[in-house]
Amino acid sequence: MLRWILIGVLTLGIAGVGFWGYQEHQEKNAVLIQAENNYQRAFHELSYHMDLLHDKIGTALAMNSKERLSPQMVEIWRLTSEAISDVGQLPLSLMPFNKTEEFLANIGDFTYQTSVRDLQEEPLNDKEVNTLQNLYEQSGELKDELRQVQHTVLDENLRWMDVQLALATQDEQSDNTIVDGFETVEKKVKGYAESNTDSALTGTSSEEHEYQNLTGETINQEEAVKRGQELFNVENANNLNVTESGKGADVPIYSISYQNGNKNGYLDITKQGGHPLTLLVNRDVQEQGISLNEGLEKAKDYLEQYNFEDMDVFTSNQFDNVGVYSFLYNQDDVRIYSDAIELKVALDDGELLGLTARNYFMNHKERDIPEPELSIEEAKEEVNPEVQINEEHMAVIDNDIGEEVFVYEFLGVLDNETYRIFINAMDGTEEKVEKLDGTEINYASIS
Amino acid sequence: MTNKKMYLFIIIGFLAIGLQTTHSAKPVNAFTEQVIQHGAVGEDVIELQARLQYLGFYNGDIDGVFGWSTYWALRNFQYEFGIEIDGLAGSETKEKLAAASEFNREFVKNQIRQGNDFTHYGGVDNEKQSESSPDNNNDANNNNANNNNNNTANDNADDNAGAEATAVNVPQGYSQNDIQLMANAVNGEARGEPYVGQVAVAAVILNRVESSTFPNSVSGVIFEPRAFTAVADGQIWLTPDETSREAVLDAINGWDPSGNAQYYFNPNTATSDWIWSRPQIKKIGKHIFAK
Repeated sequence: MLRWILIGVLTLGIAGVGFWGYQEHQEKNAVLIQAENNYQRAFHELSYHMDLLHDKIGTALAMNSKERLSPQMVEIWRLTSEAISDVGQLPLSLMPFNKTEEFLANIGDFTYQTSVRDLQEEPLNDKEVNTLQNLYEQSGELKDELRQVQHTVLDENLRWMDVQLALATQDEQSDNTIVDGFETVEKKVKGYAESNTDSALTGTSSEEHEYQNLTGETINQEEAVKRGQELFNVENANNLNVTESGKGADVPIYSISYQNGNKNGYLDITKQGGHPLTLLVNRDVQEQGISLNEGLEKAKDYLEQYNFEDMDVFTSNQFDNVGVYSFLYNQDDVRIYSDAIELKVALDDGELLGLTARNYFMNHKERDIPEPELSIEEAKEEVNPEVQINEEHMAVIDNDIGEEVFVYEFLGVLDNETYRIFINAMDGTEEKVEKLDGTEINYASIS
Repeated sequence: MTNKKMYLFIIIGFLAIGLQTTHSAKPVNAFTEQVIQHGAVGEDVIELQARLQYLGFYNGDIDGVFGWSTYWALRNFQYEFGIEIDGLAGSETKEKLAAASEFNREFVKNQIRQGNDFTHYGGVDNEKQSESSPDNNNDANNNNANNNNNNTANDNADDNAGAEATAVNVPQGYSQNDIQLMANAVNGEARGEPYVGQVAVAAVILNRVESSTFPNSVSGVIFEPRAFTAVADGQIWLTPDETSREAVLDAINGWDPSGNAQYYFNPNTATSDWIWSRPQIKKIGKHIFAK
């Protein structure tokens, strides 16, 4: 009897200890993941901020007006301090990373000094422009190195906790890409130290407001199904599944979906008028059968078919075998950035894979476009004389405070980089300067 | 029986004809039939860049992606040769370009395959235009394998002579790494959900980046403490599949099936009362999206 009680107590005891041990283990893991996540966040933010920093410095170089330059310098200064704080959060206490911090501090000092002084009275001199140019090149190289390390980290699932361990044990043999990568970054920066002592589519409205362009009668569920059939191009209405939106939606909509083997579709249409806001069709896209250009013709046909008029193509891009096109509304040769529609066309057979017209229905209206006060020549004089202007348009964009402004749009080149520059057509203000990229080295192919 | 054989012969016949036309068409016409435009990727773009470089119009890398510098080079060429300046490589432009320049296909393709730094200017020895980077040369075969997996280029080209583009299109303002990180998050949060559900989750991340009450970068939003369960329990580090990457691209390119939501939750597992108080927009798959 006593034996059995003893066995019982011991078993319970062991089970209890086991349970406690397991809980401790779980807790330790949770804490480890938490720490790891903080490191990962700091690292990814660092490379993002470096990228942004590089872009902003480039934009500052292409700017002409002093009114825009000061805020831009403040912006660079702010980004620098964020990048420094990112570096500070990385577990790099054991390796020398001070050169990078110094480099960031250099940019910070330079931009602080230039932004607090009145650039209207005392514009950048040649030497300072040179310094800025140097900083631009260096930040570009740094950015590339960091993006490369980041690619390796993501590709090989590297953990910062392992780096910490590797640094602590000083294990020379172990292949530690993060540490190696950072040492390269650090070496690059060392090279500069002495010579240098001295959204996606912009212009579109990010303001959320009421939908301004919904016309037509309210439709019921059956009409919605019918509309869905037209838009999806499916015969059988029974395959379509319709749901209504909840009270949190910006505008009441029907969501229609269907599933057909490996192919599925999803569509949001407004209850008022049955206008398509979002359409997405997902399927495997086969080998390319039509060119990006033929895809564009298809996209134009679809727009016409859905009664969108006066839409001009703005960008086209090929991602794998899918063509993505964006269109802007054109009112008397003025392009309206807020009224944008994007389309996705499969480049195997030209089928429509996606359409999004949220911006269009939220912002579109016929606008009163005044006669420009400035001639195009006068506007060109407001652009940085270093920039070689290649293309010009008239446009309506949303400026920094969310107001629509009437502008001249110039596409120009400075040092092999392309910039989009908006000059207010009424008073000549430099509203926005933007560096255009859109392509990147395929890291997977060179590593 | 004989019927089956007949079919077989017919099929073989068609195949042979198909092969012949694609093989014989190439050397005669320099380019394929397509009109090449901004944003295009593939072998025709490589040829376009190489030919423009031969004439000295294009000074960038021959990477097979029709970006801004290719666009300006093409417009300059059209200007100099008296063709309508539209930045599109149509038939007239291609003919004039092919007549005015040479294209050393073998050289260019080999350089790309070996991952060398190279140029293709006219009147300069090929040897002087190529600079092999030592670390790239060793794993030239690896490169090939990688390239094939990641093919962003046009698959029409015959395989043995194919050279892939060495760059990719990315949406304005995003890097492949940002896309990858988001794909990781989407995969951790919404794998097994329908495709639109994944696009919607990616759109929520972007809506938060835009919102003033959340961090201003993708990584900031993703790694914000207690924001996403997949981040807290480490599921974000599972290798994402191709679908999540496509979903992220759609969201970045402007698709938002969530209806501008900033939150989403799974009603079966949500433990917080607060989340139920948010105005709900819609339900996709297992997730309810809310303002």
